[in-house]
Amino acid sequence: MTKIEAIIQTSRFESVKDALKEAGIEGMTVTEVRGHGRQKGHTEIYRGREYSMDLLPKTKVELVVADRLVETAIEAILKSARTGKIGDGKIFLTKIDEAIRIRNEERGENAL
Amino acid sequence: MQRRRAAGVFLILLALCAEPLWAQAPAAAGATSPTSASPQANQDASQLNARLAQLEQQVADAHSAGDNAWMLVCAALVLMMTGPGLALFYGGLVRQKNVLATMMQSFALMAVVTVVWAVVGYSLCFHTGNPFVGGFGYSFLRGVGSAPNPDYAATIPQQTFMVYQLMFAIITPALITGSIAERARFSALMLFMVLWSLLVYSPMAHMVWGAGGLLNNSGGKFPTLDFAGGTVVHITSGVSALVAALYFGKRVGYPKQPMPPHSVVLSFIGASLLWVGWFGFNAGSALAANGLATSAFVATHFAAASATLGWAGAEWVRNGKPSVLGAISGAVAGLVAITPASGFVGPRAALVIGLVAGVGCYLMVAAVKAKFGYDDSLDAFGVHGAGGTIGAILTGVFAKSSVNPVFHDPAGKVLPVGMLEGNAGQVLYQLIGVAIAWVLAIVGSLVILKIADLLIGVRATQEEEVEGLDVSQHGEEGYNLEAQ
Repeated sequence: MTKIEAIIQTSRFESVKDALKEAGIEGMTVTEVRGHGRQKGHTEIYRGREYSMDLLPKTKVELVVADRLVETAIEAILKSARTGKIGDGKIFLTKIDEAIRIRNEERGENAL
Repeated sequence: MQRRRAAGVFLILLALCAEPLWAQAPAAAGATSPTSASPQANQDASQLNARLAQLEQQVADAHSAGDNAWMLVCAALVLMMTGPGLALFYGGLVRQKNVLATMMQSFALMAVVTVVWAVVGYSLCFHTGNPFVGGFGYSFLRGVGSAPNPDYAATIPQQTFMVYQLMFAIITPALITGSIAERARFSALMLFMVLWSLLVYSPMAHMVWGAGGLLNNSGGKFPTLDFAGGTVVHITSGVSALVAALYFGKRVGYPKQPMPPHSVVLSFIGASLLWVGWFGFNAGSALAANGLATSAFVATHFAAASATLGWAGAEWVRNGKPSVLGAISGAVAGLVAITPASGFVGPRAALVIGLVAGVGCYLMVAAVKAKFGYDDSLDAFGVHGAGGTIGAILTGVFAKSSVNPVFHDPAGKVLPVGMLEGNAGQVLYQLIGVAIAWVLAIVGSLVILKIADLLIGVRATQEEEVEGLDVSQHGEEGYNLEAQ
């Protein structure tokens, strides 16, 4: 099992969600986050005072999938999240040791 | 109200129609029996007098009903400027952790100043006293009832005048809270406000508006024009705000740590409510539903519009973008500046005053404040102190006798009012009024701050400030977004 963490442009979230659904991936956890990579932020000016806003709002999508589905999921995210501009975000993969469904204590891929 | 007024008008019409009939009646009677005419005529005349007196009373009642209806609405509009207007305007400009405390500072004054006003505040402002402050005759609102006080407003109950003026006394100290936002201890702030209301606001209001006041424009030693409170409200509060900001010192982390407004949306709603409420503030200062009220209403609106364009336009030139916060701040600056002038100038002068205030106040908050480095957190001085001063001086320039013939010679001839009309000396009187307001605000606020500081301590502790005043002063949070 692999956890896929994709930090994406908030504006691309709906299409990422649809693409994952189309690819047959079920289940995700979504968080509104703030951060920055190499992308620079922007300046805001309130009554003449400049504030540089380098932490920008992004959306983080987390999903744990069976290893055979990882490439499908990644491809779906890449295609749907890309705008081609700086700030499109990143995908991180982590190995997952175990998954347990709370309702009936199923374990492993069955719990996904 | 309208019904009574309509009834009054109907009775006048009736009287006008009926008069020729009466005029003919004695002549007809005289023709038939000339000797017995006299007692009959006397009876007719006394009946006529009685009806006339009744009619006059009804016309006066109808007039009073119209004025009173308008003034009660204005009083409500001015209260709306403090809550929710100013509370939202200031509340949006602070950080999230201080939103409730900031709103509470305004709302609490709606209660605290009201009690002070009833006990002695109204009396110190408007009872006959010396040129500097009123007497104690109206303490506990003794004798302030439904009878009008002709010194101020002859057609409305004095109680209406009293409650209308109360709303001014509420918003004025509330304006000060902007300069010391996010760092005041609530208890000390309330003590400060009670004392300020008595020692700074009351004397200034009495000097400018009170019968026999030093700066009163009819009979004062230095007749200063201040229609709705440029000196009384905006200079006193704005300058006191600067003094308080300097006395309190900067917020923890200022100016290194970014402290942008947490919701310009709230500020936007607040500023829009202020704009509407200001019609009650300025047009209501005519104290009657008359042409002068209309004139002040129009001037108020035009100044707000041009100041909006002035501030946002200056920003556009300087930063490349017109900001929403700039537009709404500009509107408030224009409303501040037109306040003293609103009942003395026409719409064209109002446009000029607004534009000067919009650009001027923008430069105050964006350039001057940055240069001196004081932490006037929400620009109470930059907008109200500077805007009030600009407005008070320009009132002396643009005031017109055709809008408001305030000055007469002993024969009753209307004299020029503003500088452009040929009364250059008025600008000097305006400067005297401005200077007195500045000095009173500086000295009064310093003394009161010192007292409140010694008794309680005006500033929240560093921990309280970092935690946020919502939690540390009130045990609440503005946004419990996790609450389900």
